[in-house]
Amino acid sequence: MLMKLFTDFMGWIDKRLPVTDAWNKHLAQYPAPKNFNFWYFFGSLAMLVLVNQILTGIWLTMNYEPSGDGAFASIEYIMRDVDFGWLLRYMHSTGASAFFVVVYMHMMRGLMYGSYQKPRELLWIFGMLIFLVLMAEAFMGYLLPWGNMSFWGAQVIISLFGAVPIIGDDLTLWIRGDYVISGATLNRFFALHVIAMPLVLVVLVFLHILALHEVGSNNPEGVDIKKKKGSVKPEELSKFKFHKQYSDKYDIVDAVPFHPYYSVKDIMGVAGFLFLFCWVMFFAPEGGGYFIEAPNFTPANGLKTPEHIAPVWYFGPFYTILRVVPDKLLGAVAMFGAIVMLFALPWFDRGTVKSVRYRSKLHLVNLIQFAICFVILGALGTMPATPIANLIGVIASFGYFGFFIALWFYSKNENTKPVPERIAD
Amino acid sequence: MKKLIIAIALSFTALMSASVLAAGPSVPLDKANNDLSDKESLKKGFKTYINYCLGCHQLQYQRYNRTFADLGIEDADGIANYMYTGEKPGDHITNTMPEKEAAKWFGSAPPDLTLEARLRSPDWIYTYLRSFYIDPVRPFGVNNTVFKDVGMPHVLQDLQGVSTKDEHGKLSPAMGGSLTAEEYDVVVRDLTNFLEYVGEPNKLERKALGYWVLAFLFIFFIISYFLKKEYWKDVH
Repeated sequence: MLMKLFTDFMGWIDKRLPVTDAWNKHLAQYPAPKNFNFWYFFGSLAMLVLVNQILTGIWLTMNYEPSGDGAFASIEYIMRDVDFGWLLRYMHSTGASAFFVVVYMHMMRGLMYGSYQKPRELLWIFGMLIFLVLMAEAFMGYLLPWGNMSFWGAQVIISLFGAVPIIGDDLTLWIRGDYVISGATLNRFFALHVIAMPLVLVVLVFLHILALHEVGSNNPEGVDIKKKKGSVKPEELSKFKFHKQYSDKYDIVDAVPFHPYYSVKDIMGVAGFLFLFCWVMFFAPEGGGYFIEAPNFTPANGLKTPEHIAPVWYFGPFYTILRVVPDKLLGAVAMFGAIVMLFALPWFDRGTVKSVRYRSKLHLVNLIQFAICFVILGALGTMPATPIANLIGVIASFGYFGFFIALWFYSKNENTKPVPERIAD
Repeated sequence: MKKLIIAIALSFTALMSASVLAAGPSVPLDKANNDLSDKESLKKGFKTYINYCLGCHQLQYQRYNRTFADLGIEDADGIANYMYTGEKPGDHITNTMPEKEAAKWFGSAPPDLTLEARLRSPDWIYTYLRSFYIDPVRPFGVNNTVFKDVGMPHVLQDLQGVSTKDEHGKLSPAMGGSLTAEEYDVVVRDLTNFLEYVGEPNKLERKALGYWVLAFLFIFFIISYFLKKEYWKDVH
């Protein structure tokens, strides 16, 4: 009886909007390679954190006061007087750092298994745009508590735009909406943080997933699960039913429907992730001074500079690249260049073998040195600039950019291993 | 692949330890060893704060009645013994010192201390309050080894007495106060304890809830692991 009611209802809906079809196309009959490993948890985790940020953000907005006079006190109001306000605030602040942990792992996965290579270039570009918008979102969000590190961090970053020739000063004035960072800056950052950026983020995430489902998921072997129609013996085809959009065009092998196979697996990933997340959130919400920096427990003060202005850890790598270049303009160019390199990665890599498992030793070494340099750059970004730190920073910056340059050279005629036809059991 | 993971993990560890080294305070701090669950200590610290600190340093984000509730002080008792300037129990813990004038008197206005323990750490407060010494050059005749050229007088001087600093930077008592050194340490520890409480009144609640959440997630992880196994057994 109830079942029939539901079927009738869905029939009514489906005649007007293809909900069941979309469900099948993207979840219940979406072919996902059966060999996803640990690194493939981070896509769904990024989605989880995004939802966390949006929901806790909505509730924080209900009690936050976006003004120079009221912002700092309203955070403490949330921490003390709002029921479970402290929990909402810590979920949001820990979530911001968790977002970058998850996204950096997700990007590393793409690097390791060549998930940016043809035909997934646009998918990668959408991902990079998400990363870029996420950085803007996090940067603006960090001003909102109106603590002293919020203020001085924003001061440092906004002043970068002053390095742009000719229009620099006017540009910074336009961004701040004032001659110094003030309530006007706070208000516009608030607007951008709670409306503009999240909207763009959600749209980009939507496009990222659509683009993924158009070209199909890569996997740790870098072997395509979609074979030419008619090229696979019927008994070797995947035993599962996939949406006709995929199965009409291709013979699908070594795949499982995303739902329920990866939905239950991702639930496991979510449980593990939440365990670590809650560990930090409940027992060390300041993240050792890296997630919430100590100077942020005193209100913004334009006359009192913190002893050591450090951006939040997730900007560390790019901040270090900026800092090791002696010239301000060139430093800013290098910093943005570091992100441009990532955007252009699909064209730096001229190889056809995707997974690091079947690529040359040289590529493995290059990838490892890149990961290490990235982490070193990140750590240096949170430390005071000393001559030694600077020297290490320069070397690590060369490692960062060198990864892309070297890749371009060796990937054309790389000494790769034979790639198997199929994903082994 | 394993090698890659190990390499990344190793570099993380190396950097974590490096950053710990880089972040240390300039003056070695003594351990406060305060106990947030010790309500008697918190009450004494609260009392000391009201008597000695509040005149200059507000706790403008914290309310009296919240403090009473958390510290187990009856409202009537709180009104009679902790509130001296005619506020209502729901009011924030403030004073009436005019900020502009205060800046003239002390060089800069005495800061609000609600979040001091989170800004500087309990150990810092504990050490700071025990590190005043005689310095005739300063306007109030005292200086501090933790906070160089501090603007405030040694307010707890009646209790601690005064110390002098020798050329090695070591402090030694010159004139005793009404308390012995051990008794004074206890007073300062209680005060530090109170300031840590007031910096984040829900800290104990947060941790208590955290254990339940982690316990739940642990069980949930195990269940989700077996659920995944059950679903996947027909794939391989």
